[in-house]
Amino acid sequence: MLKPTIGLEVHVQLKTRSKMFCSCPVEFKAEPNTLVCPVCLGLPGSLPVLNRQAVEYTIAVALALHCEIQPFSQFHRKNYFYPDLPKGYQISQYDLPFSRNGYLIIETEEGEKRIGIQRVHMEEDTAKMIHGESISRTSGYSLIDFNRSGVPLLEIVSRPDISSPQEATLYLMELRSILRTLGVSTANMEEGALRCDVNISLERGTRTEIKNLNSFHSVRKALEYEIKRQEEVLKEKGQVIQETRHYDERAGVTLSMRTKEEAEDYRYFPEPDLVPLKIDPSWIEEVRSRMPELPEDKRKRYKELGLFPQEAATIANNPELANFFDSCLSLGAPGKEVANWLLSEVMKYLNARNLSIIEVPLSPEGLVEFLTVLKEGTISSKIGKMVIEEMLQTGDGTREIIERKGLAQISDPVLIKKWAEEVIKENPDQVSQYRQGKEQLFGFFVGKVMKLSGGKANPEILNRILKELLLRE
Amino acid sequence: MIFQPAHKILREIRERNLSPVEVVQATLEWAQKLEGKLRSFLVLDPEGALAKALMLEEKLKKGEEVGPLAGIPVAVKDNICTRRMTTTCGSRILENFLPPYDATVVEKLERAGAIIIGKTNCDEFAMGSSTENSAFFKTANPWDIERVPGGSSGGSATSVASYQVFLALGSDTGGSVRQPASFCGIFGMKPTYGRVSRYGLVAFASSLDQIGTFARNVPDLALLTEVISGHDPRDSTSLPEPVPSYSKELDSPAGTLRIGVPRDLLQEGLTPEVKEAFEDALKIFERAGFAIEEISLPHASYGIPTYYLIAPAEASANLARYDGIRFGLRAKGEENLISLYKKTRGEGFGAEVKRRIMLGTFALSLGYRDAFYVKAQKVRTLISQDFQKAFRKVGLIALPTSPTLPFKLGEKVQDPLSMYMSDLYTIPISLAGLPAISIPIALKNGLPVGMQIVGPALSESLIFKASYLFERESGLSNLKPPIVEELSA
Repeated sequence: MLKPTIGLEVHVQLKTRSKMFCSCPVEFKAEPNTLVCPVCLGLPGSLPVLNRQAVEYTIAVALALHCEIQPFSQFHRKNYFYPDLPKGYQISQYDLPFSRNGYLIIETEEGEKRIGIQRVHMEEDTAKMIHGESISRTSGYSLIDFNRSGVPLLEIVSRPDISSPQEATLYLMELRSILRTLGVSTANMEEGALRCDVNISLERGTRTEIKNLNSFHSVRKALEYEIKRQEEVLKEKGQVIQETRHYDERAGVTLSMRTKEEAEDYRYFPEPDLVPLKIDPSWIEEVRSRMPELPEDKRKRYKELGLFPQEAATIANNPELANFFDSCLSLGAPGKEVANWLLSEVMKYLNARNLSIIEVPLSPEGLVEFLTVLKEGTISSKIGKMVIEEMLQTGDGTREIIERKGLAQISDPVLIKKWAEEVIKENPDQVSQYRQGKEQLFGFFVGKVMKLSGGKANPEILNRILKELLLRE
Repeated sequence: MIFQPAHKILREIRERNLSPVEVVQATLEWAQKLEGKLRSFLVLDPEGALAKALMLEEKLKKGEEVGPLAGIPVAVKDNICTRRMTTTCGSRILENFLPPYDATVVEKLERAGAIIIGKTNCDEFAMGSSTENSAFFKTANPWDIERVPGGSSGGSATSVASYQVFLALGSDTGGSVRQPASFCGIFGMKPTYGRVSRYGLVAFASSLDQIGTFARNVPDLALLTEVISGHDPRDSTSLPEPVPSYSKELDSPAGTLRIGVPRDLLQEGLTPEVKEAFEDALKIFERAGFAIEEISLPHASYGIPTYYLIAPAEASANLARYDGIRFGLRAKGEENLISLYKKTRGEGFGAEVKRRIMLGTFALSLGYRDAFYVKAQKVRTLISQDFQKAFRKVGLIALPTSPTLPFKLGEKVQDPLSMYMSDLYTIPISLAGLPAISIPIALKNGLPVGMQIVGPALSESLIFKASYLFERESGLSNLKPPIVEELSA
């Protein structure tokens, strides 16, 4: 199989209070065309003024991605006509971007991998178009909502260091978690707060670009399809053409949009309405000092607690889960055990209901109490699974649930011995087979005794007593 | 009364010898009388102007504070946004465009108590040197109504020169305030780039555009300029430095100054009448105590080709928003998006605007950008450096404003290159972003001749002082064109 070379170009909407170049609020659920002014409508005579908060967010992202923030950068006009672009040009950055040469680390099955970041730059979002066909099939019109026009965007361009659709997904997840940890974006792909274009070639051959992928699923599927397509072209001794392709989600195929020859000439030139951007090093340090712990550092810390890399990554890349986990740690709980329960029973419950950890009544204190009770031996881990589900549903305490449901573990050796003797008496054939060496039958006896105890027998004591009785002839 | 300087009228109003309503009524009456012959205005708003005058009068009666231009009728070029009046930029594409906001300079004028009586004619999107590129009609030069008033702020210049208003605003990208001031025998100031907010000025070439001022004498001009200058948080390119009181500083000494003259530029294209007037004016400066020195601006002669790459390049982007989608003209009968764009822009723009959009689009195109746009930016830097070097030797620089006397209507319409040459002496200064004034220095064959005084960045005060000395020495201010004499007789 030919090795794919993949690069990602991601656009991220920043959730600043106001837009990139005017004071209109950034809000995604407002009535169409209510958050507009002469600037973001591109009215004659209006001028852009750069949003300081957008710059600050960009500094944070650039730092988190280990980029070099350029002491001097410039905005350029990118010229093209489209109804969603009110000025007929987009204010973007070109040969003097905000920052360059960074990286992020993904946790693959083969271990950590560094994906290079070519550049992080700022630009403004376009308006949102709703085409008539999607309203009614026969209508020949399009609607434009300028609320989105001028929302700050970051463009984050990776180096072509990604070598599989799986890695592309990991890259996006890592990026999303960095953005969420920094609190600069919702980074929600389905809502368009994070949009992705991919570049892909096989064995450094000709590359194609696939535009506007709007879910993790689409990114993976489009890449898988495109790898297969290019392989087939090459197998038949054909040529992959440098072109922009579109991913048809319904059909699951990529289709040609335009070739290199048809590529637009954007006639970039420096934006004369804005002065070059000079970033004072003290500003960078100020932003750095306020930055939260990043997923990368979290992962490192978690691995030091004995978590497997995948476990550490799963928790670190989910800011809410990581917060929960860290709260448990600060309550003195052992990381490994917290992780085991969080990643198995708790995640199973959340995923099945499409919930986040902050949407259920389970608190870090609750989970820590649960682990204590478990350690005390009051319940078995099997009963524990039931208890934790109850806690996730009701938010009640562990002891409360055990009491209410009578789930406490039975550790009384006299009682357990009584059940064990009963089982041995009622199953003479199995007993003799076991004694003749068929040791796998041990589980059979454990099951029978457990059943008699209503699942509450302390497994350790049960094992010990059962073994003693069976060995005693 | 309307033939008085604005600063005298202001005093009369403040002392309650004159009421704003009287001033506005008299001005409007005269303006309308001349309008049939000159056509300075695209819009006149007598009702609005009178309403404002009445409000001012109320304030004055109550003894309330009024601004530094209280009661003075002014005109505003039609590429500056006004909420109250349409802003067409002299273009069909914006024929009915009523901006939902006022430009910063308009807010400043109104806060100062000035009364905007109308919007003046101009070359379409300020592209031109004769106001003949207006999509609506041509404006006449009050000194000879068969001649052009200059451009692109021709309507503003004519309105001031013919006493239709006391003061006016224009915009100057490559000479569009200075050249019409020169052609109309009045004073016109283009301040330092960034000194006056561009917020609300409809962009032609953003790195060059600067709002400028017209008046019939230096004190009036200084006063108007100081009212509209200053930092504006809505314009990122506006300068933060505080604005001195140009009008109050006029009487303080200018010091012994050396004025540089770039003689190497005074060769090709300069007509004998203008050359003679210019040399005579230098003598007047000498008489007033200035030393005249020769300087060199070796790259200034590349100004026109440099300007005609940079300005159209920026214009090609600035004018992309006129697409028929959101405001302004939308052509009828379009079949799809591309044909909507093509028809709207085809019908909405005039020939000169189209020419410049094409020039600019070409200059920025892949494969040509380095040879044209990028190179022009480098030459622009060299031109700026020429001025910087010169200002190490001299305090100010003098140049003719236009190489020719006002030409006849229609004379250069078919010959864009010779029209472009009108701005030979104004363009290098625009490229360097420097402040410059045009002052009347002579009448030749009954037509005014102007001269530019250029200073280093933010030297407006010095420029005004030197001009004021010249004005008093020459007696050339508050000039009355024959048509004004005739009609007022």
